[in-house]
Amino acid sequence: MRISRPILSAALVLALAACGSGAKPAAESNEIKVGLLHSLSGTMAISEVTVRDAELLAIDEINKAGGVLGKKLVPVVEDGASDWPTFAEKATKLIRQDKVATVFGGWTSASRKAMLPVFERYKALLWYPVQYEGLESSPYIFYTGATTNQQIIPGLDYLKEEGKKKLFLVGSDYVFPRTANKIIKAYAAANGMEILGEEYTPLGHTEYSTLVNKVMQAKPDAVFNTLNGDSNVAFFKQLKSAGASAETMPVLSVSIAEEEVTGIGVDNIAGQPVAWNYYQTTDTPANEAFVTAYKAKYGQDKVTSDPMEAGYNAVYLWAEAVKKAGTTEVEAVKKAAPGISLDRPEGKVTIDGENQHLYKTARIGVIQPDGLIKEVWNSGEPIKPDPYLKGYAWASGLGTGQ
Amino acid sequence: MSAFVNQLPIGLSIGAVLLLIALGLTFTFGQMGVINMAHGEFIMAGAYTAFLLQNFVLALPAAFLVAGVMGLILERAAIRHFYGRPLDTLLLTWGVSLVLQQLARDLFGAPNVQVPAPSWLSGGVGILPYNRLFIMALAIAGVVAVWLYLNRTGLGRRTQAVVQNRRLAATSGIDTGRVDMLTFFIGSGLAGVAGVALTLIGPVGPTLGTYYIVDAFLVVVAGGLGQLRGAVLAAIGLGLLNSYAEFWSDASLAKVIVFAVLIAFLQIRPQGLFALRSRVLT
Amino acid sequence: MIRMLRRNLPFATVAVIALVAAPLLLEPFRLGLLAKYLCYAIVALGIGLVWGKGGMLTLGQGVFFGLGGYSMAMYLKLTEAGGGLPDFMVWSGVEHLPALWVPFANPVFALVMAVLGPMLIAVILGTLVFRQRVRGAYFAILTQALAAAMVILLVGQQGLTGGTNGMTNFFELFGQDLAEDSTQRLLYLAVAVVLGALYLATRQLVNSRYGRLLVAVRDGEDRVRFLGYDPALVKTVTFALSAGMAGLAGALFVPVVGIISPALLGVVPSLELVVAVAVGGRHVLAGAVLGAVVMGYAKTAFSEQFADGWLYLQGALFILVMTLAPKGVIGVMGRLRRARTT
Repeated sequence: MRISRPILSAALVLALAACGSGAKPAAESNEIKVGLLHSLSGTMAISEVTVRDAELLAIDEINKAGGVLGKKLVPVVEDGASDWPTFAEKATKLIRQDKVATVFGGWTSASRKAMLPVFERYKALLWYPVQYEGLESSPYIFYTGATTNQQIIPGLDYLKEEGKKKLFLVGSDYVFPRTANKIIKAYAAANGMEILGEEYTPLGHTEYSTLVNKVMQAKPDAVFNTLNGDSNVAFFKQLKSAGASAETMPVLSVSIAEEEVTGIGVDNIAGQPVAWNYYQTTDTPANEAFVTAYKAKYGQDKVTSDPMEAGYNAVYLWAEAVKKAGTTEVEAVKKAAPGISLDRPEGKVTIDGENQHLYKTARIGVIQPDGLIKEVWNSGEPIKPDPYLKGYAWASGLGTGQ
Repeated sequence: MSAFVNQLPIGLSIGAVLLLIALGLTFTFGQMGVINMAHGEFIMAGAYTAFLLQNFVLALPAAFLVAGVMGLILERAAIRHFYGRPLDTLLLTWGVSLVLQQLARDLFGAPNVQVPAPSWLSGGVGILPYNRLFIMALAIAGVVAVWLYLNRTGLGRRTQAVVQNRRLAATSGIDTGRVDMLTFFIGSGLAGVAGVALTLIGPVGPTLGTYYIVDAFLVVVAGGLGQLRGAVLAAIGLGLLNSYAEFWSDASLAKVIVFAVLIAFLQIRPQGLFALRSRVLT
Repeated sequence: MIRMLRRNLPFATVAVIALVAAPLLLEPFRLGLLAKYLCYAIVALGIGLVWGKGGMLTLGQGVFFGLGGYSMAMYLKLTEAGGGLPDFMVWSGVEHLPALWVPFANPVFALVMAVLGPMLIAVILGTLVFRQRVRGAYFAILTQALAAAMVILLVGQQGLTGGTNGMTNFFELFGQDLAEDSTQRLLYLAVAVVLGALYLATRQLVNSRYGRLLVAVRDGEDRVRFLGYDPALVKTVTFALSAGMAGLAGALFVPVVGIISPALLGVVPSLELVVAVAVGGRHVLAGAVLGAVVMGYAKTAFSEQFADGWLYLQGALFILVMTLAPKGVIGVMGRLRRARTT
């Protein structure tokens, strides 16, 4: 024991010195630092890396077009490691040490919730690119993915139009599915639909035979699926081998995009509907350019998906707000942002001044045998974001907190 | 009611999956007392073998070889220096498992990959799809093969001798090093076979192993070290318990219930269902 | 007297560096990180006691850490809600404060529970398991399963625990604004003092008769039993002490880092701490502490440089330490030192 202590102290001093040397010189004046904070390792890396790539593409493009306010954007990339406290830690680092102008980042609700107090505390900006469960509107976050009334409710409208009256709800056990299902139940009650069952499985669950049995016994018209990640693979494989197909048992999913289809196996999921705001096949001029540029940069076999597009948009929207404000200063950017409207790959998006979400067009697609998604229904025009569902009478009393 | 009856074959099929993933462990953990946390990654290696070959039937023997050789290398390079220190082995192999996971991510990419299921496995009888029946058959075949090996071949009997008393076996002229190698080869190979079977029902990705490893160990713990019949009964029991617990509550609670029952069970039979009787002191 | 001084000189040096130099030299962000590592070091100290000295490999220490963290987080959430419902309950659709939560409005109760709660669970589990002479690998696997089950339970009870998100968004502790750098500095000092005090107390304990008994149980449980002692009792007490330390660490962690979530107490974080202890040197209490700080720092530094490499490094480090230096960094340094003096 006696040997150890001098060494311990030496090591501590070293560690301290190393900690202290972490500070970097201030940014050069002709550069603007922006933070990209996604999981590059761990379970969420599979999805988040693609969003980071799309954001880097946007930064590249903006720089090639002359940058913002005559300055080049310099990305500072950090790894959230699929671990929520790490997101908070890295957000703090980006803000306090790297002094970035804004941060684009996050995927899971949990990572956003973990970062939220950091951004509010230091009055810094976060652009969050993924559809989520709503019931939030932080003054320091811009939400470029869909909130519930731009994805879940249009999905339900679609099922209703298709004449599906009896639903079975299947989800991973976390905030998004539980909130989504609460909304679905309220919608069903108001629209004469029936909920035959509501089941949750732990994240990463792979044994679905019991759940499939429950679903098959309940004989619903459709399943509303909020499973996340690898569980989808197991669920669809086991559902299919139980004899269900897209015709006999439609499963509307809200967390399966182009990226996930290959892993699930096209055979297992072809013909099933999904709800998003963007598909690789969405027919707009901006999308053609986006898909071409993305494939040119990252490989012809790559696909683009909704969250990637939302991340890509976030960079452009922020740049637009900065141009309008004439500065990267947070409060000025926040003030300039409302009303900014751009033609993006998904169509026209507009920043809502009230809640800093986007007006987005809802699109229902069907998974094709080639793994891409074909749009079969859309909301016609961009839907005003309504994270607290104040505009829906049936949604009052959902515990929206405001 | 019929849903309730359906849970019986479902429970058995869950049990078969558990048995398949734990069968290799009854060798490495059970026979040799080596806690191999990389067992899950050998399962993953089997699944990726199936992905590379894109041929399910061919993948079964190939995965056995691939995972077996990986196990062999691990045993020779590291584990053999750790016999008698099970806890250190546990941590060592955990390090190996981390490296293998990241390796898989770098080699095959982070997203899940697809292994096409053979067409003759689509469809099913009643509630049980053919692929579940196939897994059950594979589990039974595995158990029979292991039993035959252990009891009907000279090598197997030597293995048992080493398990019961390593030093006495060595004195009797058994090359314990060779027995260890072989045992580890077979145990890891069985994990590979399980990996191929799992491609039928689950995702194939770098984290595949982590989904199954804890369950696999629980089976061996409940069954009793080195006890084939223990593992079989424990797998079936846990499968049924899982199936009915989930049926009556939900998937989350079912896992907690299984754990609680296991603790209670170990109160009654601390060494698992069947204990190896021994007068050896710690 | 002089021997005692000499004996404690290294500790005093470290203490001075930690308490004086660090807060002066480090920028607030880095000091916060160091505070986090020191929280982990408290857990590691407990692992050093229960595994290094007692031979019980616990892979579920995160559970106790989490229980402590959640107790503290419940108190913080309740003060912040000021009589209303915590934010996540509102969006989980909970209408009345659950009975379980009510007493946690009292800071003393919350702090006491942060330590006693984990200890109680450890006593129950320990009594059940050690009485039946479940040990070694069995114990390790059971504690690991406990961690897995605990995570599922916490995630499943979203209205009660905040689900996967856990709890975050804390503003003040005992009337102090948590966003203030001065508060964070105070918190850091508190963590450092607690760690130092626990280290001294544990060292004292290990050098006592009880400590010798514990090592004896590790090296030959049956023989100790034949001598008329009750190894199950010794083990249970040790396990409970380590659980209490982990709980306290969790309670300190929450205001420092500002979040508690199931991801912090699952199988992987529990294992990572064991790794840290092994790397530092499990046979010596200081090794456990050193390991936690070094590994915590390495993780941050590495992931800032290249993210993907962390798993390789962690895995490789682990394999190397286990095969080449089972006594950890401290063991290696000791060997070097001995080689030089002879």
